[in-house]
Amino acid sequence: MNLGRLRGLIWKESVQILRDPSALAIAFVLPLFLLLLFGYGVSLNAEHVPIGVVAEHPNPQTETFVGTLRHSRYFDVHELPSLAAAGAAMAQHEIRGFVWMRSDFARQTLGPGPGTIGVALNGVDANTARLVQGYLTQSWQIWLAQQQQEQGAAPALPVAAQTRIWFNPALRSRDYLVPGLIAVIMTLIGALLTALVVAREWERGTMEALMASPVTMAEILVGKLLPYFVLGMGGMALSVGLAVTLFAVPLRGSLLVLAGASALFLLVALGMGLLISSLARNQFVAGQISIVVTFLPAFILSGFIFDIRSMPTVIQGITHILPARYFVSILQTVFLAGDVWAVILPDAGALAMMAVFFLGVTLLRSRKRLD
Amino acid sequence: MPPRHAGRSPVAEPGHPPALRFAAVGKRFGSGARQVAALSDLTLSIPAGRITGLLGPDAAGKTTLLRLAAGLLRPDAGRLDVLGLDAARDAARIQARIGYMPQRFGLYEDLSVQENLDLYAQLQGLTPAERPARYAELLRLTALGPFGHRRAGALSGGMKQKLGLACTLLRVPELLLLDEPTVGVDPISRRELWAIIANLRTRGVTVLVSTSYLDEAERCDQVVLMDAGRLLVQGQPHQLAADLQGRCFAVRHVTLDRRVLQQRLLTAPGVTDVRLEGTGVRALLAAAAVPPPLEGSTWQPATPEFADVFVDRLQARQARRVALQVAQAAATDKTDKDVVLHVARLNRFFDQFHAVNDVSFDVVRGEVFGLLGANGAGKTTTFRMLCGLLPASSGELRVVGQDLRTAPAEARRQIGYVAQKFALYGNLSVAQNLAFFAAAYGLRKARLRARLDWALAEFELGPYLDRNAGDIPLGYKQRLALACALLHEPPILFLDEPTSGVDPLARSEFWQRINQYAAAGTTVLITTHFMDEAEYCDRLVLMSQGSVLASGTPADIRARAASPDVPNPTMEDAFISLIAAHEANLRRAA
Repeated sequence: MNLGRLRGLIWKESVQILRDPSALAIAFVLPLFLLLLFGYGVSLNAEHVPIGVVAEHPNPQTETFVGTLRHSRYFDVHELPSLAAAGAAMAQHEIRGFVWMRSDFARQTLGPGPGTIGVALNGVDANTARLVQGYLTQSWQIWLAQQQQEQGAAPALPVAAQTRIWFNPALRSRDYLVPGLIAVIMTLIGALLTALVVAREWERGTMEALMASPVTMAEILVGKLLPYFVLGMGGMALSVGLAVTLFAVPLRGSLLVLAGASALFLLVALGMGLLISSLARNQFVAGQISIVVTFLPAFILSGFIFDIRSMPTVIQGITHILPARYFVSILQTVFLAGDVWAVILPDAGALAMMAVFFLGVTLLRSRKRLD
Repeated sequence: MPPRHAGRSPVAEPGHPPALRFAAVGKRFGSGARQVAALSDLTLSIPAGRITGLLGPDAAGKTTLLRLAAGLLRPDAGRLDVLGLDAARDAARIQARIGYMPQRFGLYEDLSVQENLDLYAQLQGLTPAERPARYAELLRLTALGPFGHRRAGALSGGMKQKLGLACTLLRVPELLLLDEPTVGVDPISRRELWAIIANLRTRGVTVLVSTSYLDEAERCDQVVLMDAGRLLVQGQPHQLAADLQGRCFAVRHVTLDRRVLQQRLLTAPGVTDVRLEGTGVRALLAAAAVPPPLEGSTWQPATPEFADVFVDRLQARQARRVALQVAQAAATDKTDKDVVLHVARLNRFFDQFHAVNDVSFDVVRGEVFGLLGANGAGKTTTFRMLCGLLPASSGELRVVGQDLRTAPAEARRQIGYVAQKFALYGNLSVAQNLAFFAAAYGLRKARLRARLDWALAEFELGPYLDRNAGDIPLGYKQRLALACALLHEPPILFLDEPTSGVDPLARSEFWQRINQYAAAGTTVLITTHFMDEAEYCDRLVLMSQGSVLASGTPADIRARAASPDVPNPTMEDAFISLIAAHEANLRRAA
């Protein structure tokens, strides 16, 4: 490798990055956009869910129960006159479910022996339905405890769970989503940066001129890798900064571990981009391939939203070849739990192997020839 | 045809091995049924220290040959030695000693002229001490000095090519490979490029340059003529031309129009080629043929040119003779001065940029009228306004008496339009393209069938009927585009750069057709940057930077540039001297 030529290539790439806004846009505007879009748009918490309440015989007991529901941030309560009205409101998507309190509500609930209230839920969105079911049960138990306390009776439940939630005590889904999101975004950016710029050299005919010069293929590849590595790390820093400030995600691990893991992952993503560009020599196709083979699998199979352990075994197997899976795991750990080496080391090892694989295959595939 | 160069081609001097030696080299692309042989069994030597021109029609294998020599492709068969090294094994060592400029040279458009030079100097390993002297010399040769800080993307086509050549020449290579360096370049830049190439002779550089401009062959020490991946002939251009001595004639006729004369002679026995020239035609006879008897014609022997060699050697591929179906009355009836296209004080601004500046001309029925100029001269903008595709900023435009502003649809029905690069639907078949354009022009039933049959027969599109228009050879795309434009039998034909990128054979066939339609009374308005095509126009305007520099018959325009030094200027000489005069005027005004 000739350092003079390499310096020339890196300098050329840097000047191009500064003058052509498209690379800067991919590195900085794209993560900003995706983080804001997903950070605010995707939430797994159900809050202010509209539910209906039908009290056949309104009395103090039903009033206090409805009051409990009203005080919960999970519900928007709509009082409805009859079961028929509730059914109609559910059919029109005005409410996600309703509670039906029969005329014998007070006797049923506070009397001896098991009592029932009716709960109907719209099961179309199964996830929300399950959450609402859980929240309702919780509200119900709170109300029951209050009632019994007021009447001086001991709680009827024999065992009470004392729950403590680790790592994300406030149960904010955003704290869990944003680190994973950063991994998905960096997958796309890393692959796009190199895939597009190499394809552009083919399109503009500059690659053919480079190939007929004394430059070696390794110099061309390193000349691409280094500038975009720096640019990608800039994009990563921006994403982490936004996560910590705008989304108030705690960063419990060390910055050094975060930077090291990011550097490793970026090498993998840039390597994938280089490999794609050795297959697709125009920017449009390279862009399409980057999105389909890096972004989409990373989005769905990395465990960033969908839990890998609940996937079918075959799909679980496939997730092991996705670099984003390991980076999601590292980021979620470093952000929420801290430097847990038992998680970080194996994941980093997998990423290192993948970086060697992608960059190695690219170097082997890249011949200074057009056929 | 057996190569006839034995003992004729410049023999390498003793002690000077050839720079390039091809021994039975073959190269194929694709696989299975779609495999194409780009080069077959090619054996040839390129002498060191000379300028060798590489010529041939499309798909002759010129680019493949150059890429093989640059070590960018590996031969499938045979052996190729470059500068004494095996190209298949020593590509890296070869690349350190050669310069290669691909057809679309790799300039970094976001970098300035100076930055491109800096980059390539670094890549070619020039030491910082060597650089200033090389930069100074190359900037002087290319006249790019004043543009050092301009971004390469903002240069004109000619300047880009000059900069590309300068980048290739930073470290003077032993062998320089140039792939069509002058394509689409204005005449002035073209001369400058050739001056730089010629200058390399003094440094002992071997140059192999491919070109589709036949006049450039005469600037080379020797030429290699190829067709379909095979060598046709190799030799010195003037000797190859001298072989045709006695077979070239300037023909005139007392009564016949030159286009009618051309049609007559093309169908006569023993005639290989007929081109328009001056007020008559230039005819090339087959070997051992005598001038066909034609009453009223006079035959003057003419000096053979390389263009004649090209046609002669490739005559097997020459197009069929376009038979004359024209009533003679229509052909000679140009005296009534029936103006079909009237343009007066036409202007067009793009923001502050004055793209078309006060252009005026009239075109008479049955005339072939040319708009000549380099890229960026304003030809296409003028054209788009004439077709009603772009509103004029100011001025008057009438097509067959109808104002394009008030009756654009009526006016457009009179026009057949072939857009630049042939606007065809690449993923529709040839038949589907024809059907679509016929429908777009409202052809129906019997007339539709008749016109489609006519198009297939006239342009011989049968073999490609079911192929996608994007996949057929360029010459056939050109035919298909012309067929689509002529389906509704328009009295006026607008052709925007129809011959750009098309090889000399297809160009010559194309002009035979145009001459035929003109002879039949169709008015043709055509833009071109090929100066030699100016001769085929009845009248033309020469444009530069949006203004008309000169207008009149080709002879008028050439006469304006005549001087004691150049008594018989070519159209290119005329163009260059008119531009020089125009620029001098501008400077005086400023």
